Amino acid sequence: MTDSLPTGERRQLAPPLVERGALGWMRRNLFSSWVNGIITVVLVVFVGSILSSFLEWAVFTANITAETGSECHGQGACWALIIEKYRLIFFGTFPYEQQWRPLVASITLLAMLVLTSDRRMWNWRLLVIWTVGSFITFLMMFGQIHLPISLFLAIALLVGGIGMSLRKAIADTGEMNAYRFLAAIGLIGLALRIAGVLPAWSLDIEPLSYVETGLWGGIPVTLILASYGLVFAFPYGILLALGRRSDLPLIRALCVGFIELIRGVPLISLLIMASVMLPLFLPSGVTFDKFLRAQVAIILFAGAYIAEVIRGGLQSLPKGQYEAAEALGFNYVQKTALIILPQALRVVIPPLINTFLGFFKDTSLVLIIGIFDFLNTANQALVDPNWAGFPAEIYMFAALIYFIFCYSVSRYSKHLEVELNRGTRR
Amino acid sequence: MAVEALGSAPRVKVAPWNDPVIRGWVFQIVVVGLVAALAWYLIGNTLDNLNRQKIASGFDYLGREAGFEIGDTMISYSPASTYARAIWVGILNTLRVAVLGIILSTILGTLVGVGRLSPNWLLSKICEWYVEAFRNVPLLLWLFLFYKLISEAFPGPRQAISAFWNSVFLSNRGLYFPVPVTDPIHKWMAVGLLAGIAGAIALHRWAKKRQDATGQPFPSISAGIAVVLGLPALVWLAGGAPTAMSWPALKGFNFEGGAVIQPEFTALLVGLVLYTSAFVAEIVRSGILALHKGQSEAAAALGLSRGLAMRLVLLPQALRVIVPPMTSQYLNITKNSSLAIAIGYPDLVASINVTINQTGQAIENILLIMAAYLSVSLSISAFMNWYNRRIALTER
Repeated sequence: MTDSLPTGERRQLAPPLVERGALGWMRRNLFSSWVNGIITVVLVVFVGSILSSFLEWAVFTANITAETGSECHGQGACWALIIEKYRLIFFGTFPYEQQWRPLVASITLLAMLVLTSDRRMWNWRLLVIWTVGSFITFLMMFGQIHLPISLFLAIALLVGGIGMSLRKAIADTGEMNAYRFLAAIGLIGLALRIAGVLPAWSLDIEPLSYVETGLWGGIPVTLILASYGLVFAFPYGILLALGRRSDLPLIRALCVGFIELIRGVPLISLLIMASVMLPLFLPSGVTFDKFLRAQVAIILFAGAYIAEVIRGGLQSLPKGQYEAAEALGFNYVQKTALIILPQALRVVIPPLINTFLGFFKDTSLVLIIGIFDFLNTANQALVDPNWAGFPAEIYMFAALIYFIFCYSVSRYSKHLEVELNRGTRR
Repeated sequence: MAVEALGSAPRVKVAPWNDPVIRGWVFQIVVVGLVAALAWYLIGNTLDNLNRQKIASGFDYLGREAGFEIGDTMISYSPASTYARAIWVGILNTLRVAVLGIILSTILGTLVGVGRLSPNWLLSKICEWYVEAFRNVPLLLWLFLFYKLISEAFPGPRQAISAFWNSVFLSNRGLYFPVPVTDPIHKWMAVGLLAGIAGAIALHRWAKKRQDATGQPFPSISAGIAVVLGLPALVWLAGGAPTAMSWPALKGFNFEGGAVIQPEFTALLVGLVLYTSAFVAEIVRSGILALHKGQSEAAAALGLSRGLAMRLVLLPQALRVIVPPMTSQYLNITKNSSLAIAIGYPDLVASINVTINQTGQAIENILLIMAAYLSVSLSISAFMNWYNRRIALTER
């Protein structure tokens, strides 16, 4: 080959065929050495055989039209079972003709979670989203909501109290007086209510028929247990974490003892405890809804784990932040809420989401005490004698639903980790 | 100087309600008082309720006859045994599945974690999807799936799948396999095994000391394996090499003879191991990724082979990152083994649950569960903390 180019110039040759395109990619990634080549061949044969027999079962010989289980036997996957039972799997024993209600509730819950995941909402909007969303969800699930006057009084007391300590020496006199007024109304009202002077007024909203929690089931139950488990466990986990880091020895001992006790035992033992021991703890005649008992157990459990995650964030803050806040004359509540927590929580948001994912999966344990969460309603679909013998189909369908949810949340957590570190990364 | 003067200045007198120390104590006393009052209220209610429902209290029931069957026991147990024995059987079953689960998921998780870092694209993708598939679905669902698959997809005992010339049978009653007939020599073989392990550790120490002093390597791993396996084999030969075996055989509706791995145990162990190994794989991967690239390059520059570089340079450093999160995975396995109750494996929680239902003494039993799990958890943490200190970086 003669080179006709002037001296000093090089011809730009394309890389050899085996180095580029699909062939080059295979050479680099699949056959880079003898060992790699052998591994690739073995894996292709192995995965290929598994995948082909799975596809044979799940797609090519699958039956999606059968009327009863007996028509399915001797064939591939019986997806007809899912088509027959999807309402039971998704919504459990909720009254059949009313099942649009759990559907709306589930969509509301999912919408709440999706909106919460948007960082632009991480301010007062979160409060609005969760208040409105919770109202719609429980209105749909219960059908009727009674808001007692003590609830409003408690909210007034809470808002007034928090405002008073948080805005002390920051807000002007008018604002402080508003907080004082709210707190006073709440306190006096609650005292009168407990003393029995104030009657048990309540705001009744009753557009739909009442459905008790025993009939709830499926997706909404799993979502409610996991979401509200986290929502309520979050402030209480913060308190535990602050208590564990406190200088006061008795408070620290209480918090450490509680956290380690809860983290040392399995969730099942707490659930069993909630179902058999909580009734013993209460005065006779006071009963406690089973669903609420499970929710309380999950909140107690989640709080201890969240506390440990938040403690990690608190420990990552340099001491100067505390000292600077004190030098500015902030009291403990102001120091913690305005300086420490905003920084500490930012660090722990990704691990917190992973913790939430753990609880989401762990809510499946409530089936042990007889609550119909998503996994349990899937189990119920297996009980029908007409459709006996297809556990794999049901469990794979349930696994797929869980997977879609958990996988998206864990991708979101990874994405957030990158987003939140953008400011500090070099 | 000014700082010193400030430090030694007499405390400023403040009003008692503004003194942080006094405030702190008042706050603590109020909180502890509230907690105590709550506890007092709950205990009072509980005692009332117990009296009204005529439920006995105290741990006397432990000595009474349990009266329920347990399907899978490691020690002799019958319904005539005491509750204490039944609970002990449960504890042993929990420990068995936890220990096996810890060992197997460590091995599998390490393989998958290293596989994810493989230069082979297919292998790393498969490992990645393995991890995603197992950790994004609740463990309980895996347990149900495996249990139902074993009990419904496998044939009954009469059509059992047999392997190895009709010595191993796989059916929906479990995996039956032959075992040696009990012989007094087995006890001495166990002693030999322990002595072998002690000998291997001593050998390893000596080899390390010699290599430090002279630079001469010694194949302490293969020699150690030879010692560990060789001593029991020698004892067996010295004892006349008894070869009597108990073979499983179909009698009526089930197998007799041999030993069996129950389907409940298998489903629980497989589920726990596959689920936990996905988390272990992520820990191992991040531990290896946390190492600076220079470490493996320096090892290669010193002429170490890839295996030696992994064992002598990379792994010891990666372990420092790996061990703390691994500890919490081991604790998780132990706690998650309580899901056994859902598929009928008689672990501690299952035994206690039956005991609660029969005696009605919930409080004592819940206390027992908590005490048992707390002591297991604390032992695992203590061991792992000791190990963590041992491998920690020794600085000046």
